[in-house]
Amino acid sequence: MNYNWNWGIFFEPNPMGTGTYLDMLLSGLWLTIRTALLAWIIALVCGSIVGVLRTLPSKTAQWIGFLYVEFFRNMPLLVQLFLWFFVLPELLPRAAGLWLKQLPNAPFWTAAIGVGLFMSARVAVQLGAGIASLPRGQKQAATALGLTTGQTYRYVLLPLAFRIILPPLTSEFLNTIKNTAVAITIGLIELTGQARSMQEFSFQVFEAFTAATVIYLLINIVVVTGMRFLERRVAIPGYISGK
Amino acid sequence: MFSTLDFDVIRRSLGYLFYEGMTFTLTLTALSAFGGLVFGTLIALMRLSGYGLLGRIAGLYVDFMRSLPLVLVIFWFYFLVPYIGQWLTGASRPIKVGAFSSSLITFIMFEAAYFSEIMRAGIQSISKGQPAAANALGMTYSQTMRYVVLPQAFRNMLPVLLTQTIVLFQDTSLVYVLSITDFLGAASKVAQRDGRLVEMYLFAAVVYFTISCIASWGVRRLQARISIVR
Amino acid sequence: MKRSYIIGLALAAAVGAGTANAQELTGTLKNIKETGTITLGHRDSSIPFSYLDDNQKPIGYAMDICMKIVDAVKKELKLDKLEVKLNPVTSATRIPLMANGTIDLECGSTTNNAERQKQVWFTNTHFLTASRYVSKKASKIEKIDDLKGKSVVSTAGTTNIKQLTEANAARNLNINIIPAKDHAEAFLMVETDRAVAFVMDDILLSSLVAGSKAPGDYVISKDAFSKPEPYGIMLRKDDAAFKKVVDAATAAVYTGGEGQKIYDKWFTQKIPPKGLNLATPISPELKNEFAKPSDSPDPDSYK
Repeated sequence: MNYNWNWGIFFEPNPMGTGTYLDMLLSGLWLTIRTALLAWIIALVCGSIVGVLRTLPSKTAQWIGFLYVEFFRNMPLLVQLFLWFFVLPELLPRAAGLWLKQLPNAPFWTAAIGVGLFMSARVAVQLGAGIASLPRGQKQAATALGLTTGQTYRYVLLPLAFRIILPPLTSEFLNTIKNTAVAITIGLIELTGQARSMQEFSFQVFEAFTAATVIYLLINIVVVTGMRFLERRVAIPGYISGK
Repeated sequence: MFSTLDFDVIRRSLGYLFYEGMTFTLTLTALSAFGGLVFGTLIALMRLSGYGLLGRIAGLYVDFMRSLPLVLVIFWFYFLVPYIGQWLTGASRPIKVGAFSSSLITFIMFEAAYFSEIMRAGIQSISKGQPAAANALGMTYSQTMRYVVLPQAFRNMLPVLLTQTIVLFQDTSLVYVLSITDFLGAASKVAQRDGRLVEMYLFAAVVYFTISCIASWGVRRLQARISIVR
Repeated sequence: MKRSYIIGLALAAAVGAGTANAQELTGTLKNIKETGTITLGHRDSSIPFSYLDDNQKPIGYAMDICMKIVDAVKKELKLDKLEVKLNPVTSATRIPLMANGTIDLECGSTTNNAERQKQVWFTNTHFLTASRYVSKKASKIEKIDDLKGKSVVSTAGTTNIKQLTEANAARNLNINIIPAKDHAEAFLMVETDRAVAFVMDDILLSSLVAGSKAPGDYVISKDAFSKPEPYGIMLRKDDAAFKKVVDAATAAVYTGGEGQKIYDKWFTQKIPPKGLNLATPISPELKNEFAKPSDSPDPDSYK
């Protein structure tokens, strides 16, 4: 293999003047985390609203929920990011489009919102399924107690449903983190992007990608461990996952 | 810019978009789904084999692949596959691997991790009595799997497998990062050459959306039919 | 850095002389002979070096030179037929794809510098160009310092983005650097006001401007980020036998007057797809180099 290995590269200074190559990767990690967290908040908020819509008795609400999910699920994430980043500003009035394009962190906001909306459709499906899996008696009992629909969801259905779908939500959160890597195509230099720039500047392809791989594995372990802990804390007694 | 949209650029490039781009995308999707299913089933069997080490290796592989972003895996394989080829064949130089073969290997290896989880669930959903009965009939392990367990697991899981294939179809667009001419790559090459980003990306979005919608509608119908049979 | 290059050349000479007469072929040549194919890496939008025409086929100045090299390889190996495969590359993928054997020659606009010589080799220089930036006249960016605090785009994996990054750090410019996948995408970022400027080799900038919807709107900077640097066709490192054939082929093209003809075809006449004429006659430095072909990565050696 005619490849010059150089594992010491991580401690050599990067051309950005921001320290070593390792610092470069860590700044990418930090951006990955920030983007993923913001995207996850958006996904949870929008996904919960749409997930509830899908389970309401109103046909219109169900229909809106269905259309929302289909819209975001049937287009590649990459294409969605291109739509937000390249297409949307051109379709807006000129001044608004220009303002949007010259936002100092345009790739960050676009990525967070784009990935967030993409993931919200998946959260909505999970939550809808979680609510549907609850025994009908829960809702009937709530109605019998005189709770309004809003109260039924707020105090009975949602607290149960969220606890049931916690495991699938964990993997959707991990997907959110991974999906932020797609944003390198709109100029977001997150972890994968930094690994790629490191490869371009130092030519050490395999060292750079190995480091990024290890960091992603670590993120995964941390998130999975944290969520297991949370799952045990909030498990519902009497269900399989509860003790 | 809205007033100056030129949708004729789409008509002019239709041949290139579909003949080159979509052909690449669909071929890659079909072959990766097939390869991923075969390899994924093997991994699922390894995990359920009861041999500790084999199961652990398979489990590690699945967890490993599922921890990484596809974009990173695409970069990895594009640069690494020729060296793996060299190592496997003992050649003196890295093996030449074209863009298509490299993407195909990437997607098979990546999707196998996801398909294996689906197949594992499918195999586990089959009641223990069936393999026991096959065993009683004197079938070997491989016969039991081939004729009894896998066909049923496959049929039960067909809707999930197809849904995963739709996801795969959308994910193939990520080869864009390597400048490969898949459907999105073709659209972006035209877009950038003619400065027609808005028209081309809108068109690409509509095409992906239409195909995925029709496919998921088909899966839903299939699911409805299967659930009646059961 | 200079030393490694000299060692490389010495090795090339020594090993090359050894294998020229030997029956046993090695490396890339052996591979080409066995498979009957050679793979050229090409670009999407390095106009006029290597880019896609209306039918999305790669054409350009560097592609023409590469086809001359292919002819020479075919002759050297005494092949009746040599199939040419084309593989698209970007600035970011070209070096790893060369190292891992996916492509045999990279026909584009790759700057030959001492740092890259540690990873790949280059044949004789086919162009000289400096790193500058393009911006809209309306944004009134007159010198590099005017970029302070602005968003500036460059193509990922180029020497230009590295020079921009270094200048940014050294001069405390606080520029927000956006990496783009290829030159056309980067230029579109300036066209659509996502970035105020695009840092790239000036020849590529002028061809992008000439091909744009409103060429009068843009201006290319006087300030440069680098001296005029040599472009070379890239080949695999440590393959002296192949380099010898490629060097001989390019030297023959440049010294024999054919180089000048190919140059004129792409730089002083109308080129597809839009019939642009870049009207860039050959520079005295490049003319000198054509008379005495050189693969030196040192910009000063071309004065």
